[in-house]
Amino acid sequence: MSAIIYALAVLMPFLLIGLGWAYLRGSRFTRRRIINYVSLGCSVLAMIFGVFWLVWILWETLRLGLGGLALSTLTQMTPPPNETGGLANAIFGSFVMVVLATFVGTPIGVMAGVYLAEYSSKSWFVASTTRFVNDILLSAPSIVIGLFVYALAVKKFHTFSAIAGVLALALLVIPVVIRTTEDMLRLVPAAQREAAYALGAPKWKVILQVTLRAARAGVITGILLAVARITGETAPLLFTALNNQFWSTDLGAPMANLPVTIFKFAMSPYENWQQLAWAGVFLITLAVLFLNIVARWIARERQ
Amino acid sequence: MDASVQISSPPKLTVRDLNFYYDKFHALKNISLDIAEKQVTAFIGPSGCGKSTLLRVFNRMFELYPGQRAEGQVMLGDQDLLDRNQNVALVRARIGMVFQKPTPFPMTIYDNVAFGVKLYEKLNPADMDDRVEWALRKAALWDEVKDKLHASGTSLSGGQQQRLCIARGVAIRPEVLLLDEPCSALDPISTGKIEELVAELKNEITIAIVTHNMQQAARCSDYVAYMYLGSLIEFGATQQIFFKPARQETEDYITGRFG
Repeated sequence: MSAIIYALAVLMPFLLIGLGWAYLRGSRFTRRRIINYVSLGCSVLAMIFGVFWLVWILWETLRLGLGGLALSTLTQMTPPPNETGGLANAIFGSFVMVVLATFVGTPIGVMAGVYLAEYSSKSWFVASTTRFVNDILLSAPSIVIGLFVYALAVKKFHTFSAIAGVLALALLVIPVVIRTTEDMLRLVPAAQREAAYALGAPKWKVILQVTLRAARAGVITGILLAVARITGETAPLLFTALNNQFWSTDLGAPMANLPVTIFKFAMSPYENWQQLAWAGVFLITLAVLFLNIVARWIARERQ
Repeated sequence: MDASVQISSPPKLTVRDLNFYYDKFHALKNISLDIAEKQVTAFIGPSGCGKSTLLRVFNRMFELYPGQRAEGQVMLGDQDLLDRNQNVALVRARIGMVFQKPTPFPMTIYDNVAFGVKLYEKLNPADMDDRVEWALRKAALWDEVKDKLHASGTSLSGGQQQRLCIARGVAIRPEVLLLDEPCSALDPISTGKIEELVAELKNEITIAIVTHNMQQAARCSDYVAYMYLGSLIEFGATQQIFFKPARQETEDYITGRFG
């Protein structure tokens, strides 16, 4: 490995000098071709760099995750140290909270996005402030959201709860959905809106039946990507839903979930917990990959 | 110029002292003219002269954009369309518009045509089918789409899409139809079909068409308005404008010496 790196380090200056010489001596046409090759080479290198890590991550999760995966992973509860068990309660908890958070966050996000794209022309200040705040929310570290909901819900009601978890995840969904909805609606040509207005349609009908419909694929893609994002979020749940060793459907009580379970199990010294953590990582990766593929497929179907 | 030009049939739209502003830019200057009922009035002139702006005043499309405003009168019958108390949606339901580029909605061919009808009429399914067929026949599109009414409107070719948009506009039975360069994105065959369509529609509907194509204006209009830099330079019967224009500018533009 290091031999290759040294060889590259030695060869690189010669390559650059050669290219530089050809560049200085060459005609305009040669120069263009050299620039072309150099920029192509840079893009390919950057691509390889990115894909390399991605493939490595996927490979490791596959290797270690598949090892810990068994039918019992899906059917049994999270075990105490050094006993057999599975992730059933964590999978269920994650599913419940992600679905609820999506149901809470999506309508708010879509409606706010519609407001920004369609209604904001007459109140420039409100719109640009909303947009600015939303951008901050979009890039806010999720641990901040988690602490916020902790202070808001958990401290006030003196208990960690699934509802608090849902709230925290919904707060992560909203800015993503607002942003994609607005962007997608802005891509709908003005002519399409005008054509609907020209038939005497009221504004809400134009938005609901024409512009939102035209932007449908993009909006759904945005929602799926938001879901993919919250599926793996750990920090917001750590302070809100916490964890639960048992099967629980009580939204007012702590609820098990995959990310926090993985966090807890992976940091433990117990062999069987570590195995289950890898299985959980594998399941989450699979779910996120699946959501991304569906999102891409929907986006392509429309074109 | 004044509105003294006589039109032989009663006016459908009466425009008086119309001024239009894009913020501070004065885009239409004291326009006055009559648009004859069940006739075709063509608007010609170089790009940026205000033809399209004028059409967009007739159905108050400009109101979608802040900073655009119109002053003056546009009478449809005895109602002033620019009156703020007139409901803008009702105005637009009476005055249809077809745009430069085809704008099919992201729904089926059938729903594209039915969309506007559903807004103001409650038809039972059989009547709606009849109305959709009627409109598509009017737009000379029926034979091409009758077997795929539930295919997406965007799957049609450009010329078909534009005829679909005309069918959609006709389906709501407007009193006036505004055509804003409807053929500019079309091939000669589709253009020919749309011109035939205009000739047939004028038996029932008053038509105002903006065009860059002199031959088209000569072929399918009864009246022609020549506009330049936001002013109406000359308005008259098509024959007179093309063969005996009263103004030198009009003649220069028509003969291609200018514009």
